[in-house]
Amino acid sequence: MAGKKLQIALYWGAACGGCDVAVLDTDEFILEVAALADIRLWPIATDGKYADVEAMADGELDLTLFNGAVRNSENEHIAKLLRRKSKLLVAFGSCAHMGGIPGLANQVTREEIFERAYLNNPSIEAGNHTIPLPRTNVNGWELAIPQFYQRVYKLDDVVEVDYYVPGCPPAPDQVKKVIQAIAGGALPPKGSVVGASERTVCDDCARTKKEKRVKRFYRPWEIIQDPELCLLEQGILCSGSVTRSGCGVRCPNSGMPCRGCYGPGPNVRDQGAKLLSAAASIVDSKDPEEIDRILDGIPDFMNYAYRFGLPASLLQRRFR
Amino acid sequence: MGFEPRIVGFLCNWCSYTGADLAGTSRIPYSPSIRVIRVMCSARVDPTFVLRCLSEGADGVLVCGCHPGDCHYSEGNYKALRRMALLKRLVRDFGIEEERVRLEWVSASEGKRFADVVDDMTRKIRDLGPSKVRAVLAADRAER
Amino acid sequence: MARTITIDPITRLEGHGKIEIFLDDAGGVEDCYFQIPELRGFERFVVGRPIEELPRIVTRICGVCPASHHMAGAKAVDGCFGGQVTPLAVKLRDMYYQAHFIHSHIAHFYALAAPDFVCGPDADPSVRNILGVVAKVGLEIGGEVIRARSKAQRIQQLLGGKTTHLVWCLPGGVSKGLKKEELDEIRPLCDQLFEFAQFSLGLFKKVILENAQYVDLILKGPYTLDVQNMGLVDENNAPNFYDGAVRVVDFEGRELYRYQPAEYMDFVAEHVETWTYLKFPYLKKRGWKGFVEGIDSSIYCATPLSRLNVADRMATPRAQEAFEEMFSTLGGKPCKALMAQHWARLVEMVQNAETLQKYCADPGITGAEFRIIPDRITGEGVGIVEAMRGTLTHHYTCDEKGICTSANLIVGTTNNNAPIHMVTKKAARSLIRPGVEPTSGILNRIEMAFRAFDPCFSCATHSLPGQMPLEVRIHKGGEVRWIFKRP
Repeated sequence: MAGKKLQIALYWGAACGGCDVAVLDTDEFILEVAALADIRLWPIATDGKYADVEAMADGELDLTLFNGAVRNSENEHIAKLLRRKSKLLVAFGSCAHMGGIPGLANQVTREEIFERAYLNNPSIEAGNHTIPLPRTNVNGWELAIPQFYQRVYKLDDVVEVDYYVPGCPPAPDQVKKVIQAIAGGALPPKGSVVGASERTVCDDCARTKKEKRVKRFYRPWEIIQDPELCLLEQGILCSGSVTRSGCGVRCPNSGMPCRGCYGPGPNVRDQGAKLLSAAASIVDSKDPEEIDRILDGIPDFMNYAYRFGLPASLLQRRFR
Repeated sequence: MGFEPRIVGFLCNWCSYTGADLAGTSRIPYSPSIRVIRVMCSARVDPTFVLRCLSEGADGVLVCGCHPGDCHYSEGNYKALRRMALLKRLVRDFGIEEERVRLEWVSASEGKRFADVVDDMTRKIRDLGPSKVRAVLAADRAER
Repeated sequence: MARTITIDPITRLEGHGKIEIFLDDAGGVEDCYFQIPELRGFERFVVGRPIEELPRIVTRICGVCPASHHMAGAKAVDGCFGGQVTPLAVKLRDMYYQAHFIHSHIAHFYALAAPDFVCGPDADPSVRNILGVVAKVGLEIGGEVIRARSKAQRIQQLLGGKTTHLVWCLPGGVSKGLKKEELDEIRPLCDQLFEFAQFSLGLFKKVILENAQYVDLILKGPYTLDVQNMGLVDENNAPNFYDGAVRVVDFEGRELYRYQPAEYMDFVAEHVETWTYLKFPYLKKRGWKGFVEGIDSSIYCATPLSRLNVADRMATPRAQEAFEEMFSTLGGKPCKALMAQHWARLVEMVQNAETLQKYCADPGITGAEFRIIPDRITGEGVGIVEAMRGTLTHHYTCDEKGICTSANLIVGTTNNNAPIHMVTKKAARSLIRPGVEPTSGILNRIEMAFRAFDPCFSCATHSLPGQMPLEVRIHKGGEVRWIFKRP
């Protein structure tokens, strides 16, 4: 509407704050955002409270950028609240998009997490049997904290999501483009991944790629790598070939392998399955025993396959 | 007892599908647990197929290809060998019993062998019980 | 009549939190709780991962101080590899870390802290944010602030290849060194940041110290606690943010403990309550005594002010001048006035900038020996750094293949959980009076108590005009009887 400011919200679920920093890292652009939008909720930066959101009319918000995964009942509750109040809801960053690093907790149970955090831990007060509880009664007053779920969910597991901005965190220049596009009304098809390219990190990586035949996989510290040559060719597992680009190839440019934070490329359902194919295809052997020996060089493959996207994978979590 | 495993089988067109067919024409009985999907080569089996089967509740997944050296496309079965080796590790990391994902070489003349493989796999999975995947995912959702 | 005031969520800090204030029949504060509703379980889910992956997983504990976790994790990993890391790598890591401190301290001071002082604690919520600050100090300065922070990020980008969630450290050192052309770009930025640090101190004096009301707020407000202090110090008892010994000093200045990272378990333990997910660290040798102040208290703060309280001096000359000026104004050290943390942060920034300049002048800083291949796995390491928000401990163990077998983390802000809970209650008791309806300004002053501690995510910058909605619900007998709303 002409003359009316955009009403926007930025919110976090089970998050680290890095996506909010990514918005900050757009530098002076933030002042432009301030000029064209009213930020009605952004706990890190402004004083909007939940009650303020509850008081809004449905659809009153033009845009909500929701970062962070869904780990507990409060995350889900606010996700649903913001979905009702927002015309557009964007899953912002790896955690909202795919579950992110908190999604690694889908390899363990709630009981195991609580046990380690509160009971069986070298720093815990001796003899402690107390764990946090959803409800506590103190002198007749009630204190409540959210219910911690058995596993982590991505945002679209609990509400319908309009767009996905990948990355851990999303690159600031991409953040700028996304906000400008949405503010300008240039909306791609619903459900699109925005703020990223249609290529893979491997496509955009400047390292030389020749032929990949690996007789041994190396952990990143086991060899001094050639900074000009493809990491995978040197036997260092890198997810660049199975990861959507748009990040600026930040990690391989730092000398370290990609771990897939921008998620899978277009039309890929399960990123880990693709890494599996890629890694297996470069194993230079036809002998089952030798193949096993070479694969022993990749310990804990699941955590390379699904570092940022375990909740988004086909199997979603470990089964006991 | 009382549960019939549902196993998805990816059989390569040239050797193992023909071998399975031979079991049929030879009237060799074997467990009706297997649901066969014919692919041109065992190398066609994307890990996504196996993971999707497991995620949708398949009790087991069997991939069959030509014996090493006999692949119709010369090296496809070696690609499958490498891929399945890593896939079995991943499935184990997910906490799913390794007997549920299996790779076998079955030639066009090995009808009996095909039947034996299916019976053996069915027996092992029957002992393990049905896949827990769907029940666990549903139980997770139910607490919300 | 008895009722509850809930502030949810608390704002202008990183992470989730709420404050529950229970009022008695007369309208005075009977009790007050500071609750943290979040938990993710890093200590558990890193087990089983290759140990070298941990530094790049644990950065995701916090997006404002990811380098703090990365460095603490890297040091714990160094320990797991027999302490094999090159001296140049240590220098480079320390250099990156100074820039990391600056980015965060700038954001916190200007975006989180400044609004409450520049605009005023009772200012209209719609202006009590960075825009309001910019309106008062001018667009030119506002732009300078954003640019200064951007420079600190640029230094990190050039040095370590990435800012938020860097991946730079690995066993044996770091994955890239500093090239000459990168250093040529960094050098003037460091000088500019030094100037900016001095400018920020000047601004603090002008806006806050020349305002008697604010001086009173700092020195005589309810924001003080008689608890102990913790910080990392070097061999001269000057603050060192990357390395050193942990020193604990009581609020009268006596050293209680001085220990090496590997001994941390003998000195710090954690208490659990049912009403919050966050644990309460305390001084183990004294035992948990509850949320009590006093010379025998086992509660301690680990904050910028604590770091300066436990130090005898700063490590660099101009920071030393600022340190002396601060404490002489505050009436000596240690200082218990928690609002002085805002000042301490700026003093630290001077040391950060001077340290950066020192590294820029180091001829070996562009050397090639930034990593080696470690030749042994010894299986255990403790890495302690100062996160911007407090002493951060990462303790890892791994097996002979370098796979993580355990992790124990005591995170910066966690150290301050008990002090924050206590000072919030103190502030609530002092500011909410029987018979007087608490205004939004009063509730904000209660929130100012935790804000002084610099939440992990201090990058709340821009401010955008926005409402500060406030709703106070008065319950009686389980029903909402009255709602006070500020539009």
